Order: sequence, then C-alpha cells, then structure tokens
Amino acid sequence: MELEIPYTVEERPDTGLTNARLAIWLFLASEVMLFGSLFSAYVLLRSGSEFWPRQADYVNIPLATLNTIVLITSSVTIVMAWASLKLQQFRSYRLYMGLTVLAGLGFLILKGVEYGQKFEHHYYPATNNFLGMYFVLTGLHIAHVIGGLVVNLYLLGPGARMWKTAPAQFTGRVEAAGLYWHFVDLVWIFLFPVLYLL
Amino acid sequence: MPTFFRRYIFSLDHKVIGVQYALTSLVFLLFGFTLMLLMRWQLAYPGQPLPFIGGLFGVANAPGGVMLPEFYNQLGAMHGTVMVFLGVVPLAVGGFGNYVMPLQIGASDMAFPKLNMASYWLYFLGGVTMLASFVLPGGAANSGWTAYPPLSYFATIGQTVWLGGMLFLILSSLLGSVNFITTIVQLRAPGLTWFRLPFFVWGQLVTAFLLLLAFPALQAAALLQAMDRIFGTSFFMPSGLVYGGKVVAGAGGGNPLLWQHLFWFLAHPEVYVLILPAMGIVVEIMTANTRKPIWGYRLMVGSAIFLGFMSFLVWAHHMFLTGMGTSISTFFQTTTMIISIPSVIILSALFLSLYGGSIRFNTPMLFALAFLPMFGIGGLTGLPLGLASSDIALHDTYYVIGHFHYVVAPGTIFALFAGVYYWYPKVTGRLMNETLGKIHFAGSFVFINGIFMPMFIQGLAGMNRRLYDGGAQYAHVKDVLHWNTFMSWSAWGLGLFQLFFIVNVFLSLRTGKPAGSNPWQATTLDWAATSSPPLAHGNFASAPVVHRGPYDYSVPGTREDFIPQHVEHADGEAR
Repeated sequence: MELEIPYTVEERPDTGLTNARLAIWLFLASEVMLFGSLFSAYVLLRSGSEFWPRQADYVNIPLATLNTIVLITSSVTIVMAWASLKLQQFRSYRLYMGLTVLAGLGFLILKGVEYGQKFEHHYYPATNNFLGMYFVLTGLHIAHVIGGLVVNLYLLGPGARMWKTAPAQFTGRVEAAGLYWHFVDLVWIFLFPVLYLL
Repeated sequence: MPTFFRRYIFSLDHKVIGVQYALTSLVFLLFGFTLMLLMRWQLAYPGQPLPFIGGLFGVANAPGGVMLPEFYNQLGAMHGTVMVFLGVVPLAVGGFGNYVMPLQIGASDMAFPKLNMASYWLYFLGGVTMLASFVLPGGAANSGWTAYPPLSYFATIGQTVWLGGMLFLILSSLLGSVNFITTIVQLRAPGLTWFRLPFFVWGQLVTAFLLLLAFPALQAAALLQAMDRIFGTSFFMPSGLVYGGKVVAGAGGGNPLLWQHLFWFLAHPEVYVLILPAMGIVVEIMTANTRKPIWGYRLMVGSAIFLGFMSFLVWAHHMFLTGMGTSISTFFQTTTMIISIPSVIILSALFLSLYGGSIRFNTPMLFALAFLPMFGIGGLTGLPLGLASSDIALHDTYYVIGHFHYVVAPGTIFALFAGVYYWYPKVTGRLMNETLGKIHFAGSFVFINGIFMPMFIQGLAGMNRRLYDGGAQYAHVKDVLHWNTFMSWSAWGLGLFQLFFIVNVFLSLRTGKPAGSNPWQATTLDWAATSSPPLAHGNFASAPVVHRGPYDYSVPGTREDFIPQHVEHADGEAR
C-alpha cells in the first residue's frame, strides 16, 4: 500500500494548518528555547562577573552592520521567491532563490573574514567569557545559516523538479524553508546588538 | 513488497518503529538495572570481591574483583543516565506513544514517517555512544547523571563522550516531539474532538510539549560544557578555583550554578515526561478493567495541562542548598507546592474511579493498581523536599533517592509493565501468560519495596547518597547501616523475578492464548484495529469515524457493558 498521509498539501479544515506548517513552527519554538537558553547564560555570566571586557574592543562593528544588511536582504528575497511560486512565476522564483543563496554565502564569507581577524589577534574562545559566548552564539548561528543554505540550494536545484509534479507541495516546502530562514535572520537581529553594540 | 530491511530495520511504519523503540529500551532498562545490581554489592559488602563475575571488569575497574571508587562512580552516573534517557522515556514515549497513539486517534501512521525513523536511529546511535564510553581510558562518565561542574570539568574523556551521546538523544527527542504533536493535532479521525481523546493521548501530547521546549536548555548547557572541556572556556569555572592543591589555569569568571539552572530547567520537566505517559497507560487499563468511565475526565485533562505548564517553573527546588538566596528559594518552594495540586487531583480521580467498579484483577490491572499507592508514596515524600527548610536536613541523603525512585520505579516502571501486558495482544495477537505475569507482579511488588522503603529510614538518619562504602565511615548512621544488606538482597530478588517477565514475553509469542482484536472489551480506537495490524500504514480496514467519548463503559440501557468510540448512538441509550 502506498503511503498516504493526509494534510501534507491541503489544510485540515478545523485547524487551518498543513502538517509541515505546524511542524516548522514547533521546531522553531524549540529553537527559540535553545537560543534563549544561551542568551540567558550570557546575561547571567555578564551580570554575575566582576569584570566584563569592553565588547567593542574585540568586534568589528562596520563589518557586522554590513552583514546585518546582507541577511535582512536575503529575508526579503526568500519571501519574493515564495510569492513568485504563488503567482506561478517559476523563473522569477529561481532568480530570487538564487539571490537568497548568494546572500547567505556572502554572510558566511564576511563572517569568515571576521573570525580570521579574531584569530589574527589571538582572540580565542578561552581568552575570556565574552569571547567564549561570542564564539558559541555566532558559531551556532553559522551552523544554522549553513543548514538553511543547504536546504535552499536543494530547493533551487534538484528539489525544484517537484514544481512540475506537485506544485502545491513544493510551494509548501519553500514556505517552510522561508520561515526557517526568517528565524535565522531574527536570531542575528538579537545577536547583533547583544554582542556588538551593548 | 517492501524488502526485509525496509520492513523491519529501516521501517517507516509507526508500529514497527514503536516495537523497535520498546525492545531497545527494554534492553537498556535491563542494562541500567544490572549496573545498579553491581553497585548494591559494593554497598552491602564494601571492599569484598564481587563473587563469580569479579574478574570480568579488568584491573582498571576492579582489581582482584574489588570495585574501585572510580568504577563505582561510573556505575552510578550511567545507571541514572541509562534508566532515564535510554530506558524509561524511550519506552514510555518512543515505544507506547509510537505504537498506541496513532491507533487511538484513528490515523494510518504518524505525520512524518521518515522523521520517525530518523528519531529512532538517532536514539540508537546515542545509546551506542553511551555504551561505547565504558571501554574508553578512564571509563564512562563518572560525575553523576547530573554532570555538575566543576566535578565534570575534571572528569575523564568519558564525560565528553557522554555530552556527545546526549546530543544524539536530544536531536532524537526533538524530531519525535515535533512529530507527535503534529500527528495528534492534524491526524485525528473525523469526530475525534479534543475532549473525546483518550487520556493516554493527552498524556503523550503534554509530554511532547515538555520534550520540545525543555530539552533545548540541556542542549545549550551540554554545548557550553563541551566548550569548557575541549576549548578551555570558563563558562562554568569560577576564578581562583583550587583543585589538587593548585589554582586552576584559565580565564575564570564562570558560574557553576549556571549549569545547574540549565540542567534542571530540562530535568524537572523531565520528571513529568516520565510520569505523564505512565498516568495515561494507567487510565486506559483502569477504565477497561473497572468497566466504568474515568472519574473527572476533564478535570484530569486540565490537571495534566496545568502540570505541564507549571513544570517549567519549579526547577530550582533542586538547588535550595546552593546558596542562590532565600527569596529565590521562597518563590520556587511556592511553585512546588502549587504543582503538587494537579498531581493529587489526578491521583484522587484515579482512586475515585475504582469506587463501584466491577474490577478484573488481571496482570495489567494489578500493576496499574500498584502504581497508585507507589506513586502516592513517591509524590507525598517529595513535599518535605520541596520545602526549603526541611530540605536542609534531607538534601543529598538516601531520602531523596527513595523519593524519586518511588515515583519512577514502582511508579512509572510498574505502569510500563502494565502497558506491556495490556497491549502485548495488540502487537502480537496473543495474550501473555497470566500465571507467570502474576508471579512477576507479586515478586516485583514485594522486593521493590524492600529496596526503596529502607532508603527513607537511612535518609532520615542522615545517610548521604553517592557514598562508595554506603556510609560505613560515618558514626551517625551506624544504626541504619545494616539495612544495606537487606536492600541489596531485595534488589537481587527483584532481578530474579524479572526472569518471569522475560520468559513470558518470548514464551507467549508461541503459546499465548489467541487474543482476537479486542481481548479486554475496551472502547478506544486501538482496539477497533485488528490485532497485529498489517504493516505499511494499514491500521484500519476503513477510516474510522468517532461518535462518542473515550470511556463509554456500562452505559445504562445498553446490552453490552462497553460501546466502542466508533459506534453510533443507539435508541434507548442513556446520554
């Protein structure tokens, strides 16, 4: 018997949800708790320590500002990609998804430059607890960006074949990937002021 | 036709995955139990060589068969880890939840079969990682299942592997809980409204939310501890810490209490992860075997939800003696007293449900009935621990061990045994042997109390937990020390009686009485499916439609004393 799970494409009438949309929100709730725990750890360590280094001495604010712009742009383009599918414009979907992937790569390259600058000055996680938290929080965020990039690349390349066979399900997948990408963006919007500006 | 591998190894069917979870976790339960049986030798006869098997553990662990303190600590840490993370939770959620929940909501499978498979195999990988850590230099993790720093900071490499194993287990539980919630919300059969859900499903739903939202805190904590151990950060390492007569190098400025906050933010909800599925199992068995509806169904559902919510607000009652401050202690002792209310409501409702029932004393019912007083003892002995002032005397004594083992061992594990006896005919098509089952129950009940009841006596006398010699060096506990031998023999007796269970599980596969699809004359949808339902997502011959609440037993004006959920209302039936 072929596998048939209901509500993968159409919404369940009484909940108004597809399975994937509910699942991605639940997953993101769990992610909020993960980053929330780390932010709490940061607050507790910083407020409890007698000496906390001046954060601005260690970080590159202009570079991070540029990175913030890059990441926010990619959030816009992934919405455009999803909207293009809703309007049945597959070509512009490819354009916008391609831009999203490029922006994600750009973010990683800029982040790599920033990490390189840290190591050049011999700033390592063990140097002090600010740098420790900096590397943990940004490192985990980078891991999330890479995860999102892999998914977006798949949806741009081999995964896009599904557009021909099951367009509604494909649009659902792009929507889920977009929600996740927004979350990654949102985490950065918290990270930026906490680690760079405060 | 799916191949053998697709069918039984990398299966996508929730029933096969449920059985995989159940069998794996039963093996881990036995393994974790065996670790404790070894420890009990050292506690009863400190310094004497282990008989018969003493030579098996090597010079590094037990030279001449005498257990070293380091080995004892490994056994203790891994007993806790294995029992909680690899035994009870995977059996209660992965096993029973996976097998029974989709059947009870009338679904053909879980919402995401591939995630389900991935979740099992991540759990398996985590378990193998934990087991493999025993053969490392310095052995497995030995800083307790709580892995408090700074102790865990100085521990051997086994601790790092333990953190890696936890990472797999946390990922597995994340995938599982997303899948469970989505399935319950989205795949309920037509007519199966929220207040027609069997209580078991409610238990699983609240549990899944706890797993989803509490485990990330441990993930964060494990990440930070791994950074401390591998990259030399000082998240949990205070400045100027002296270890082995020397000040520890490193940046310092960290806070060991931070670990405890993050750890207990997971580990307290985890207690309810252990108990809610057990309550769900007990409710299903009790309604079927008293032939009457549960007393206060909506009250119980409300209590379970409230319990889940409150469990996020009580974690620091594990930390009263850490010096975190009296005002924080007062807050957490208040929330702890509040959370005891829904537990008492659920337990009272279960006791009231017995009143006026025509009770069938079969093996699953005996285990379920034993759950009530055993969990009651566990819960009530928790109150003095939840009050900051009385906790000063009781903290870190055997009283604590007695308390939480009453909740988890004769509490939850008895409920899990009840569940195995109850749903075995659904899985295999045959009933388990009643005589062997009753022997298993009677022996287990006597001996498990023989282990844990004396712990209260020892704890009240001030005997500390985690002592290699069981407290022999302390003068103030010498009057209660003799209980150690009694408890150890009880533990080995308990081990002996588990043989009846193991034999029964295998024997009944061939010789058990054929069960038919509904051997207990129960009402929920799992019994509407045929026994041993066909694999590959074919749970029901036709999609079921639900017409009534979960427990329509002994409805006045009807011929049978039960009406399954998918049967339409008839004339003359009382509403």
